[in-house]
This record gives sequence, structure tokens and C-alpha cells, in this order.
Amino acid sequence: MIPAEFDYVRADSVDGALGALAEGGEDAKLLAGGHSLLPLMKLRLAVPTVLVDIGGLDELRGVERENGGWRVGALTTHATLQDTDELGVVARAASLIADQQVRNRGTIGGSLAHGDPASDLPGVLLAFDGSVTARSGGGEREIAAADLFQDYLTTSLGADEVITTVNMPALEGYGWGYEKFTRRAEDWAMVGVVALVKASGGGCEDVRIGLTHMGPTPLRATAAEDALRGGPLDAERIAAAAEHAADGTEPPGDANATPDYKRHLARVLTRRALESAAAGAA
Amino acid sequence: MTPYVGQAIRRKEDPRMISGRANYTDDISLPGMLHAAIVRSPEAHAAIVSIDKSAAEQRSGVVAVLTGEDMAPDFASGLPMAWDPPGVDINVPDHWPLKRGEVKHVGDPVAVVVAVDRYLAVDAAEDVIVEYDPKPVVVDPEAALEDGAPLVWEQFGTNKTHEWAVGGGDVAAALEAADVVVEQRVPNHRTSGAPIEPRAAIGEPRAESLTLYSTTQIPHIARLLLAGMLDMPEDKLRVIAPDVGGGFGAKLQVYGEEALVLALARRLGRAVKWTESRSEHMTTSHHGRDQIAYVTLGAKRDGTLTGLKVRIVADLGAYMQLLTPFIPELGFPVMGGCYRFDAIDVHFTGVFTNKMCTDAIRGAGRPEATYWIELTMDKLARELDMDPLELRRRNFIPKEEFPFETKLGIVYDSGDYHGSLDRLLENFDIEGFRREQAELREKGIHRGVGFSTWVEVCGLAPSRAVGPQGVGLQAAFWESAMVRVHPSGSATVYTGTSPHGQGLDTSFAQIAADRLGIDPENVDVLHGDTDQGPWGWGTYGSRSLSVGGEAVAKAAEKVQAKAKRICAALLEASPDDIELADGRFQVRGSPDKAKTMAEIAFAAHVPPQELPAEIEPGLEENSFYDPENFVFPFGAHACIVDVDVETGKVQVVRYVAVDDCGPAINPMLIDGQVHGGIVHAIGQALYEQIVYDEDGQLVTGTFVDYALPTAAEVPSFETDRTETPSPVNSLGVKGIGEAGTIAATPAVTAAVIDALQPFGVEWLDMPHTPMRVWNAIHGHGHGNGHGPPSLGEHGMGSAGSGPSSPDEGGAP
Amino acid sequence: MSSAVSVHVSVNGEAREAEVDPRLLLVHWLRDELGLTGTHVGCDTTNCGACTVHLNGESVKSCTVLAVQADGAEVTTIEGMSGPDGLHPLQAAFREKHGLQCGFCTPGMIMAAADLLNRNPDPTEEEVRHGLEGNLCRCTGYHNIVQAVLTAAESEVRA
Repeated sequence: MIPAEFDYVRADSVDGALGALAEGGEDAKLLAGGHSLLPLMKLRLAVPTVLVDIGGLDELRGVERENGGWRVGALTTHATLQDTDELGVVARAASLIADQQVRNRGTIGGSLAHGDPASDLPGVLLAFDGSVTARSGGGEREIAAADLFQDYLTTSLGADEVITTVNMPALEGYGWGYEKFTRRAEDWAMVGVVALVKASGGGCEDVRIGLTHMGPTPLRATAAEDALRGGPLDAERIAAAAEHAADGTEPPGDANATPDYKRHLARVLTRRALESAAAGAA
Repeated sequence: MTPYVGQAIRRKEDPRMISGRANYTDDISLPGMLHAAIVRSPEAHAAIVSIDKSAAEQRSGVVAVLTGEDMAPDFASGLPMAWDPPGVDINVPDHWPLKRGEVKHVGDPVAVVVAVDRYLAVDAAEDVIVEYDPKPVVVDPEAALEDGAPLVWEQFGTNKTHEWAVGGGDVAAALEAADVVVEQRVPNHRTSGAPIEPRAAIGEPRAESLTLYSTTQIPHIARLLLAGMLDMPEDKLRVIAPDVGGGFGAKLQVYGEEALVLALARRLGRAVKWTESRSEHMTTSHHGRDQIAYVTLGAKRDGTLTGLKVRIVADLGAYMQLLTPFIPELGFPVMGGCYRFDAIDVHFTGVFTNKMCTDAIRGAGRPEATYWIELTMDKLARELDMDPLELRRRNFIPKEEFPFETKLGIVYDSGDYHGSLDRLLENFDIEGFRREQAELREKGIHRGVGFSTWVEVCGLAPSRAVGPQGVGLQAAFWESAMVRVHPSGSATVYTGTSPHGQGLDTSFAQIAADRLGIDPENVDVLHGDTDQGPWGWGTYGSRSLSVGGEAVAKAAEKVQAKAKRICAALLEASPDDIELADGRFQVRGSPDKAKTMAEIAFAAHVPPQELPAEIEPGLEENSFYDPENFVFPFGAHACIVDVDVETGKVQVVRYVAVDDCGPAINPMLIDGQVHGGIVHAIGQALYEQIVYDEDGQLVTGTFVDYALPTAAEVPSFETDRTETPSPVNSLGVKGIGEAGTIAATPAVTAAVIDALQPFGVEWLDMPHTPMRVWNAIHGHGHGNGHGPPSLGEHGMGSAGSGPSSPDEGGAP
Repeated sequence: MSSAVSVHVSVNGEAREAEVDPRLLLVHWLRDELGLTGTHVGCDTTNCGACTVHLNGESVKSCTVLAVQADGAEVTTIEGMSGPDGLHPLQAAFREKHGLQCGFCTPGMIMAAADLLNRNPDPTEEEVRHGLEGNLCRCTGYHNIVQAVLTAAESEVRA
């Protein structure tokens, strides 16, 4: 209910934050919106010794269209994404995160850095083949989504790195579908599916399917993608492809969903998401 | 002038609550106040080997660190349990506010830390090192009854707490005479009250007395029992329930933390506050429900019911709290529902397990009884191939037969069960629905309807029925009121009830205002302070209006009678000729000869002339009211759900409720109670469950896992009423606070089963989570989908009757 | 205690300064140090929404915001919702429609509803229900809360 004690540094620049992180050592943590970290700290499941608050770095906020893609500042809130209709499925997914109060504080960078496979945005980034730009004292690097999510709550970000930007291709002409299955509106996804489809001449030119909470990291449903790509984009083919949505997955079970049930949900939700995406792509 | 009673008057409570100026217990800050945090057991069953307080004591800002042994001298007795039924032995273990020797469930308190602020207290509590020696754990109540099961309390040699039975008629003969007998195992799972305000308590020392501020529904009972625990005179303890943020039974309790803050305040000479975290609420505020009923119901081929036999196993948890063993039985007066039988026989077995105690949660025994009778009626209807509503109609107690004595010797006060069902069907076109349902099924949409025609018992008292002369509660259940008219003509009503959301400040003001001839705006209703107003028994069991409200009416009528005498003296008329009309006390037939209450009240305090000697000064009266009988609200509900058969997700799409709680005092408040009660029940039916794993660890320890429904999960409600007055009290009223919760769970379950008829699903355990529903549709698992398991002898205790299927395990 | 951090916050239009422990939650600063006890705490896990306040005009759960994170910001609590002209339309509508019983969730519910109407001045019932998904109420069954928000929206839209 109450976090353990920590020291607090308010960063006034990215470089300042990096310096403070380095100085704080391995138990230093970045604080953005705080909506992944503070709940854990209140339950004392996370006990950082130093918090480096980057919440005031306005240069890390904003959504820009650049070179045929989207550059989203890491501190951009879910609420901003939700209100940016041009972002399509990203806006839709953001609008379904938790509740409005959480969306007003939570940030895209924080969500991705936390790497929770039950969160909405990691699976979306993976489906987009997006990336993050991360900066450390040693400079900047771009990490592809496929390389970012390593394991449960584990990313390839170094302890001394800060995500500055999230990059996504615009995927012009793609239709999209987003299916999030929860017990209650404000819950994390039991299973979530994002589908992106590009059609040409009645067939499926390209398809990307991201899965949420079907493993320790977000996943791509590659078998289902392969089953649909290049073929006709009709209901029958979509249904057949969706049957492969859970191939190879080992989803974590919990009190409300066994792994088998989650695999079943993934197949149903994938079909539904693909149907929406195909309709939007037509 | 239209009476105030019956009007949807806006609430007097609201102005402070909508502006952030209410005063809840945790809002109170006293000079020099200290803060307590409690060290709790992470083990479900263990011996306490050692407690190392040294690190905690060394933290700056820490004032005291105390264990159960340290505080043994502070308590003359442990936490009380109030049921002592004649001729029945109940195993009651010691129950100290801090445990000594052993812990019996996760969250059991073992030490308390007191510090100068809340943050430091929590830090220091983490520094208390407790070494435990774990012992075997038992969490399943039926397994706990088997030979060789681990014992929660070795000294009793059994996990059985007690047995109790109630019956009337020859049930064996009645079932023998039946053409059709159906049997059903009906679990009703463990839930949390989960008021949004967690519990809090502040102990404040003042000279030789102590004050307790507490989130309680029962300040007077708490004072009586806590004074005993603390071995202090009752008059030296004041208990104040400020604004209380919902109770739902979870605050109908005397808790260890209340005793602790008082003992600490007495020890330390400073005020001490403890505020519950939500995790603590889930772990250590008492739970509700948690029973398994084995129901056998017999009927003739034409649907006429013959006999009802029920065997109930109730999981009471590790200790006995105030009413723990009585709650499963509390619904017994209505265990035949709205129906006539030749014979009824109900038997209860209570069981200890390594879990938090159960006790009263909204409905308390009556939701469970309603759940099994209504769903077993549905099963019988399927067996008879009869419309479930027709089966009900054939067996309803007809309205001409009230008051109606049941086979249990209980007298139902009044009712019109056909009338409420008819009204329901005026609001809900069942034929139209069946057509729509068939059309939707063609399109793959699975919609279902479930009905609940329910009756409940409330209005605790009567004391002679439930007190020591009756079923054996060591309490009485009359209620008190004091009505004081001030010299200027405004009034204060003191009630012994203790509302926490029910709106009694408003409805009691309406009752008093009509009888005093003044505006309800000028009637203040005070409660929740043992130093103000008469003793009272609190707010629970939908009793406040029918017992406490009647006491207010009676006290106000006494004031009115005196006012008439004063008025008569002032007007030189006979008191018998004075009538209260249009807000004035006037001579009958001469409306120009009249006095207002303000004039009379002033004269009562400052007589303008000599009043007759028999008229004492002042204008205030007390009433203590103990009703002759319970009251029996009833109604008919219909729930409509859609089931996504691909995923198993259930959505309530429409809900129609007809309730009868007698004449409305304030119809707006009635609707509000019904709405909230229905969602409480939808919560239990679809979302909420307290789950312990096989090691006794609580799986649902926060609002992340214990899933209260949000606004997005439920629809708006269609409510309607019939009004059948109760002959028991002068207002004709019955209770409404629990009605929705009592009525709605069977309606939801029945709707899901109806939606799934194409899949042959005949039974589903609550909560109907998507996975469970999906499993039922696809025939995974037994005992939770395609018909109940075989019951065996009495359906109890055998391994074959154990809960749920292998793939469900202990999980919800 | 870790070294205190100074914060400057405008609370209900009034400039406030304090030296706070960095771990102090905004809700505790408001309640325990500023005496603004209209903002409540109902859970530990950012679920119940009883602690909802506005931070720079947007609803947030103040149990999941550090007081230091509010530095330089404007905070509005339920106590700041009534203006010189009296009740905020939402406050009035909650009373008119019986949108509260025990009152404990009410301040957070009103603050969340205010953000909802800022974002969407003319919502449907469905949008109101989803807009309030971050706030739990155990008393009302939400029916009258939803009615209150729709009523407030109507009065504002008409105004």
C-alpha cells in the first residue's frame, strides 16, 4: 500500500536522466507515468533505491508522421494515443488499456519497457514490426520489437538505457482488427489479438498477427499468418488460418484461464480480428 | 397537504457527500495520534516459534511493538460469538485479537506495530521477524469432515463445529408420495463484502474513558462487547460510527482491530488509528456464503410439491466471529421459498477450515436458500416438462391464505406472489422473448432468461423468536428512537440503527415530519454515537425501516399526542378535538383555531400560560419497539443474458425486477437499494469469488483478482413494485436492503442455463466465468455442466461428491 | 527518511508548497497534510478509483501518483468542484438522480465523470459506462450514477 523508501532525482534532460541512472546503480529505476512501477512498489514487489523521474521531459512527448512512419515520443500517454485516430489500431488498443485515469498517466515507453505480455501495446508493436530508439551514455540504438521482448517482464534494454522514441511503419492500406478478451472492462487481457491485413485483388498480400498474454512475451502468430498470406481473403480461409493462431504457444495459465482455454481463445479472437482487418482492407 | 412519506425526496445526506465534506473514520485525525500496522501470518496453519521485534523497535518513530503474549493482560476475553442455541453444542475456540501459540489462516494477526505515522508503522511491521512451524492445512469443507483430515483445532478432535436442524411434517413420507424427485448439489461460493471504504478504527483515551471511532454497522453492540473484552464499564466506552462507506455485513462485526486500538490507546495514553488496506480486507474482513446444499425436492406429476429435504455443509473458516455459525441457518424461516409443502427437513453441518471466518454478507443465508430452491424448482420443471413459471404458480401460497403458517412454524405476514409474477410479466413479454430467442439462435446468438420468484425474511427482531427464548442468539432485536422537538419547532430524531448508505437520514425524517407536522428539512436524524440517544441494535438484515423506522413513528406519535394536549390547552379545546392537518394542529371543524408545531414547541419549553399539571415541560419522547413477527418481502425477477458460446462469456443484457416491500416511504431509495443489490448478486454469479489454493494461500487478495463488476459490465435496470402492506407494523413496511442480492443470483444462473439449452447444459457452478461456461458447453469436466453428480447417501462426505472436475482443480 | 523534495502545486487554485518524502503518495499528501479528505482510498492496486483527482485537468488515481510527480501541476479535488455559483452540474445531478448511497466512491466517481464529459460532452449510455470503468461502486449498481452523468451532460449541452 505504501512504497519503501527511495531517493528521488528529477531529470531535466535525457542526458541528466542517464547520468542519474548510472550513478544510482543497479537498483535505480526510471519513473515515467509510473503506472507499471508504482503499483508494484506499493505492494513492495519492486523496491528500487533510486527513482529517476523523466516525467518532465516534454521533448519525449508527441506523435509525429515522419518518413512514411510514426515517431511516437516515449512519454506519450495512452490517452494521447487513444485520441490520435490516425494511429488506427494503435489508438484502438490504447483506448482499451485499463481505464481513463490509467490512460491519462501511463506512457507508451513505460509500457514497452515494462514488457508485460498481458499489456496491450507490446503485441501491437510486434505486429507492426516496429522498434524503439534507446539512448544510453554510449549513444543511441534502435531495437526491433522482435528483439526487445526477451522474457516475462524482461526486455533487452540495458539498465543504463532510456527509450526515447517508438517507431512504427504507417502500414498504409492495411485493415486492422483488435480483439481483447477480459473478464471485466478494466482488466488486463486474458488473451488479446491484433491483426493487420493488406489486400490486393481479393487476396491477402500481407498479414501480421500479434498475440497478447499467450506466452512470457508478446508473440506473432506466424503459422496463422503463413496460412493466410498470399491466398484468398475470404471467411473460409480466414477461419482456417485462425485455427493456427495458437500453434506452438505455451501460454501461462491462471485461476481464470488454463493454457488450453487460452489457446482456444487465441483461435477465436484471431478469426474475429482477421475478419475486421479484412473488412477494413477491402 | 400530501404526506412526505411516499415521496421521492432527495437525500439529506448528499450535500456533504457530493462536496467532499463527509466524515469517514479514516478522515479523522486527532492530536498526537499514532498509527498501527499489523503483522499477519503468511501461513495458513502454523505454530509461532518465535517473534523477533528488535529491528522494528529500533526504527525511529516506532512507539511500540507488541505480540499476542505481550497483550494478553489487555483482554479479559477474546472476540465474542453470540449464538448459543438450546440443546446444541458449538465448538468455539479462543479468538484473541493477536494470536498466541498458533495461527489458523493466512492473515491471522500476530503482532502490532505502533508508530508516529502510517508509513513508518508499515515499514516497521516489515521488520518484525516471525518464525513459523507449518502444520497441515485443510481448505475444502467436505474433505475436512473426512476421517483423517488435518484438524484445524486439535482440542475438538473434529473439524465439525456443530449441527443444527429444522423441519416440519414427515419428509420421508412426503418424498415417498412424490411422483418425481429431483436432487441437486448446489454450491454457493465464498465471497467478500468489499465495501469501497475499507475498515478503520481509532482508539482515543480521555481521562478514564475511551472513545472508539469505527467503521461499524453496530456501535451499541460493539460498545457492550468491547467493554467486556477490555474489562471496563460500558459507560466509560463511547463508540462512534461516523459516516460509514458501505458495510454489506462486513462491518456487522466486532473485530480484533477495534479491540486492539482501544487497548493500545489505554496502554499508550495516545490516540491510535488503524486503517485496513484492501489486501487486509480480502484476507481478514469476514467472508460470506461458502456452503454446499444437497437439495432433494419431490412433486406430484401435476407439479404439486410434496417434500423438501436439504443437507447443508457450511464452511465457517478457522474461528467463530459474532454470528459465524448462525449465518447459514439465518435463512431457515424462508427455506421453503414462496411455496407450499407437506414436509420440509433441513440439516446444517458447520465445518472449520484454515480460512478466514465467514459471517453475514448482504443477504446472509437467504441468498443461499433462494438460490437452491429456485434453481431446484427449475430443474423440477424440466423434469416434469412443465413451464417453470407455471410450476411456481401452482405452488405459490395464495394471497388469501396470509398470514400463512409454514411447515416450519413460521408465519409469513403477507404476500401476493401471483401478483408480483403477473406484474413482472406485464413488464417482460415472455412469449415475445421466446420468439426472439428462437430467431437469435438461428443467427448463432444464445440468449436466455432466468426467473426468480423469491421471498425473504427480514426485520430482525422479533426478540422472542431469535433471542435466547427462540433460536438462541444472545441478543434482542427491538429498536429505539428518541424524537426531540426543539423550542423553535425543528426536531432531532435519534435512532438506534446505524445507517451507512441506506438514506435513513432522509426516510426517517419523512416518517417523523408527517407525524410532527413539520418539513423533513427541519428534522435532523442522528445515529452512530453511543453517547447520544438511546441504545440500539444497529443496521443489518434489512431491519432498519421495519423496526427502527417503526420506532421513530411511535416516538413521533407520542410527541404528536403531547403536542395535541398542549395545543388543546393553548386553544382551550379538548385534546380529543385536536387534529393534525395540513401541517397544523387544529380544532376539528374549526381550521381557523390552530397552532403550528413551532408555536406548540415553544409553549412546551416556555409556557405562555399555565398548562395543565399533568403536562411535563419539554417535547421529547422515546420509543422501544419489538415487533411481533418478522416481515417477509417478496418479488419476481427476470434476468436476460447473452452467452458468447465461442468464448463462454456471459453478458447481462436486460434485467426486470418487481419487488414488494410494502408501502414506499421513499421510492427513490427503494430503487437504489434494488439496483445495488442486483449488481451485488450479478457480481457473485458472474465475477466474484474468494479463492484459496490447496495450501490455504489466498489467490484473490486484491481488487485485481477479486473482480467487482464495473459500470461497463452491467445494464440499466427496469424496476417496478407491488405494495402489499405488512400487518406487523403500523407503516406496513418490509425491508429492501438485501432484496436484490437475495433474488438475483438464481435468476442469473437460470438465464445462463436457459441460453445453453441447445447444448444440454443443466448445471453450472457460480461464478460463471468464461472458461467455466465454455467448459460446460463443450462437455469438459463433470459436476459442472451436464447434470449433477450422483449424491450418494445424504450426498455428503463421500469422495465422489467432492467439488468440481479435475481440470478445474481448486481454481475458479 | 530519504531526503525531502520540495514541491509547488496549485491545489484547487491555491498555491501550495511543501517538503515531502519522495515516496509520499499524492492522495496521502492531499488527505493527511492538506486536510482535503474528500479524496478517498479504497484499494491498493489502482482499481477502485475512489482517489480520483484531476492533474492538469485530467483524471488520475492519486494513489498511484507520487506527490513529487505533481510538482508544478494543477490539482483539482472534489472540494474544488463547487464554484461561486454553487454545485458543479455533476454534483447536482448526482443528488438529483440518487447517484450515491454511502458516498465513499462519490468524489472519485464525480471527478472521473468530469473528465469523461470533458472528453465527450454528449456521451451515450454505453460511453458513460465505459468511461467509468475505472471506478468501483458497491452501493448503487451504477444505474443512477449513469443517469446522473447523462443528466449532467444534457444540462451542460443545453446550457
